Amino acid sequence: MNRPAITGWLLVLPAAALLALFTHWPIVGTVWDSFHATPKGANPAPFVGLENYQVMIADEVFWKSLWNNLWFALGTIPISIALALVMALWVNSAMRGRTWLRVAFFTPTVLPMIAVANIWLFFYTPQYGLLEKLTTGLGFGTHNWLGTESTALACMIVVAIWKEAGFFMIFYLAALQSIPPSLAEAAALEGAPRGYYLRRIVLPLLMPTTLFVLVNAVINSFRLVDHIVVMTRGGPNNATSLLLFHVYQVGFSFWDTGYAAALTVVLLAILALAAIGQFVFLDRKVHYQ
Amino acid sequence: MSRLYEPTGFSRALETGAAWLLGFLWILPLAYAVWTAFHPSEYSAKFVLTAPLTLENFVRAWDAAPFARYFANSFALVTMVLAAQLVLGTLAAYAFARFEFPGKDIAFILVLVQLMIMPDVLIVENYRTMSRLGLLDSIPAIGLPYVASAFGIFLLRQTFKTVPRELDEAARVEGAGPVAILLKVYVPLAKPVYLAYGLVSVSYHWNNFLWPLIVTNSVTSRPVTVGLQVFSSGDQGIDWSIITAATLMTSGPLLVGFLLFQRQFVQSFMRAGIR
Repeated sequence: MNRPAITGWLLVLPAAALLALFTHWPIVGTVWDSFHATPKGANPAPFVGLENYQVMIADEVFWKSLWNNLWFALGTIPISIALALVMALWVNSAMRGRTWLRVAFFTPTVLPMIAVANIWLFFYTPQYGLLEKLTTGLGFGTHNWLGTESTALACMIVVAIWKEAGFFMIFYLAALQSIPPSLAEAAALEGAPRGYYLRRIVLPLLMPTTLFVLVNAVINSFRLVDHIVVMTRGGPNNATSLLLFHVYQVGFSFWDTGYAAALTVVLLAILALAAIGQFVFLDRKVHYQ
Repeated sequence: MSRLYEPTGFSRALETGAAWLLGFLWILPLAYAVWTAFHPSEYSAKFVLTAPLTLENFVRAWDAAPFARYFANSFALVTMVLAAQLVLGTLAAYAFARFEFPGKDIAFILVLVQLMIMPDVLIVENYRTMSRLGLLDSIPAIGLPYVASAFGIFLLRQTFKTVPRELDEAARVEGAGPVAILLKVYVPLAKPVYLAYGLVSVSYHWNNFLWPLIVTNSVTSRPVTVGLQVFSSGDQGIDWSIITAATLMTSGPLLVGFLLFQRQFVQSFMRAGIR
């Protein structure tokens, strides 16, 4: 190897070593461990083939968590992206009070999810919470929002939308500001109405951003379970258990690491699918650049 | 967007109204928390203007748990993580931007893997690794999996690639080595990106919860997020005023920083988002 090549490798080496140790090795290790039993004491874990996966197929909480997670993603992603777009259009316009609006929309992003969860926990609390005060004030009966299976997951979705929309707004804002003004001038010259301009010019130009935000939203909906830990611990009756939360419970409450590894493999497969999805759609992205 | 396509007349009033309503809804939970934290607990859901203001909730929360230690831990954590991320990220980004070496493309793809599969989901295996390294329940254990950051490497590489090669050449002619060129030419030109990345990184690690919860189990290593959870799920009896005060306290440094420098914050996140 010549000198620049050696220098290049030396520069990459520290980061590469840590990435290998804490990202690549654990990915391989997860798959490996998923075919092994949970080690007992100092003995190496025996190979058990697909046993962990058989346990998984029979595990109702796993299926429940997987479905919950899909519903959670489906409930969170479209609404938060749509809201983010609307927020960005508003904040980017000459609207009165737009600085104040930008702060209001973005603030949840800066707060820790656990703090957010605590605030919303109080908001949802039976009898004392603000939501209860509102509903009873309007003459409705009391309702235990987090303690009822039918509403608990929806409550989590609301929290996630509130937390994430302002974050995604930032990406749209950046994209909107990079649209050359000449496009609007040309459209105006042709007499295009506002709706047409937004739908046929702005929206297509925002497609790469939408794709980027979408992939991030998918990753976040499978990566972030802080609010579950704080607000419901997966309950009632596993109604709010998400995949990563189930991994956390199996791995660190029951200490069944072999099975937790198998569950993690499912999580990794979903994230890999998101990555492949992004890669496939990248062609369209290039089209607009 | 061009001023040409601003809403006009009635639709303008309608949109402004809708925007303000949404903004109000968005700030409501936080405003509610602030109200509860700064008033005696009997006013926690009674909104009267005559309610007396108090700092009592904050004092009681501060005294009820070792928050000073938690703050120190979080501060040490974000500082160490950011410093290490910047050094490793800068070196790797420089190599990916300006050096040709065998295996470069594969190495870069392997770096990008971390954008999709973050340490956040590899908790089981990383816990095992920390246990083998004997690092459990320590601040380095919280930070280490995040120290090599694909996001940082990617962001800095994009920035370094925009530096004109002529500047690079000029420094080389003067006899500067690769590291000297990096420090004198590339790093100064990337200052805004470093600021952007720094803000994103600090808020990420200040706010991180699940991994620190798993890997720490004592006061000496817990960051504020975990400390808050231990505090609010403990046997304090549910006094929401105190819990909200503690909640605001833990988010305080970031929140105050954000409100003071909100323009820079938003611009930094925007800069970090463009790729």
